[in-house]
Amino acid sequence: MTKPFTPRDYSLVGADAKRALELGLASAEWYRAPVPRKRMKELMQREDGPAIRDTIIWIAAFLVTGGLAYAFWPTWWALPFFIAYGVLYGSSSDSRWHECGHRTAFKTTWMNDAVYHAACFMMMREPEIWRWSHTRHHTDTIVVGRDPEIAVMRPTVILKVVSMFFAVPQVIAGSKSILRHAAGRMTAEEETFVPESERSKIYRTARIWLAIHAGVVGLAIYTGSILPMLFVGPLPAMYGAWVHVMTGLTQHSGLAEDVLDHRLNSRTVYMNPVLRFIYWNMNYHIEHHMFPMVPYHALPQLHEEIKAYCPPPYRSCFAAYREIIPALLKQAKDPAYYVTRALPKDTSANVAQLAPAE
Amino acid sequence: MAQWIEACVAGDIDEEDVMRFDHGGRTFAVYRSPDDQYYATDGLCTHEKVHLADGLVMDNIIECPKHNGRFDYRTGAARGAPVCVNLKTYPVKVDAGKVLIDIG
Repeated sequence: MTKPFTPRDYSLVGADAKRALELGLASAEWYRAPVPRKRMKELMQREDGPAIRDTIIWIAAFLVTGGLAYAFWPTWWALPFFIAYGVLYGSSSDSRWHECGHRTAFKTTWMNDAVYHAACFMMMREPEIWRWSHTRHHTDTIVVGRDPEIAVMRPTVILKVVSMFFAVPQVIAGSKSILRHAAGRMTAEEETFVPESERSKIYRTARIWLAIHAGVVGLAIYTGSILPMLFVGPLPAMYGAWVHVMTGLTQHSGLAEDVLDHRLNSRTVYMNPVLRFIYWNMNYHIEHHMFPMVPYHALPQLHEEIKAYCPPPYRSCFAAYREIIPALLKQAKDPAYYVTRALPKDTSANVAQLAPAE
Repeated sequence: MAQWIEACVAGDIDEEDVMRFDHGGRTFAVYRSPDDQYYATDGLCTHEKVHLADGLVMDNIIECPKHNGRFDYRTGAARGAPVCVNLKTYPVKVDAGKVLIDIG
């Protein structure tokens, strides 16, 4: 769909931030599919078992791929193991960051926090900053001027999207942010969503991380080998990012902005078991946004519960990208364009209002 | 000054669960703990205006359904980010099978 368009200001302190507040798009009521309370309680129940199992597999996969990559270094036989290690480091950490950030992956708090901090380090996402940023993403999903996690802004900058597959923006932004916070400074945008009481933790974490990164670089210089930097730091985050970007871009790209209904700005995409392990079921993204307290392992059940109220899921990543790629290309020239999802007729009366056209 | 209001019948709330109660333009959350005690707090999370009655009760914790902010519903104490402000609590008593809260 194309509407009249004026350029948007995606910053959290600009004109569209003010506009979102004026239009009642900030902290608004969102559509939720009806799920009986008893059933929702069952779905929200926390367990340690599934995440402990998955984390044991995850750590074992790190050790095996990393060990074989090390053993075969510096021959080309190391390459496939580095590719697999990189996907674990730079992609599967994204979903661990996400789920443990919500504190839904494990029942036990310290387990959530331990995996969260490890995943944050690998993704170069500072734990406190990103906890607050993601909180805002859930309050004001894809509301321009409010959501700090809009991955593809309009008009699409194709080169930037391509560079995301190698985590270039992620590593540049992450490095700048760590340095800034290590120096004890916040941006004006961060100040809009991080309470003052939380800021000292951010500075402390940034200084610890900086020391670790400096240690890895120091080890590489001392040993005269790049090998330590291929295992820890920005490099594996970059060469392993492509899977998390491939899955992550299916979440919201090309869909509507400024709507108060996750069925219109999010996608649920069926994926194979390997991708679902890496992605921890975040392919059920409408479900996750509508009910963020449901743990990843219960999302397939939630999907069955509410699918009658949602647009049809995409049958595969390929099916999703058949829509996303043309949409992003079109948005490069026509930033007012977005993909309109058809809602089931019997639920249309419950759809929250669309923001007025500009 | 005490102002006791009937919120619900005791059996309306399952053990380790919560129910919403609206009165006089205000909204409250009424809890039944695992040891069969009743408690009441303001109904909306102090972080965003989200009804806590849609959240999950785990032991003595209520978790907000939107951002997973947690409170001890017995004391109203905020238990970590993203909630930083405590929840207001209200006295509760059970009388003749009815749960009463003092909103005065």
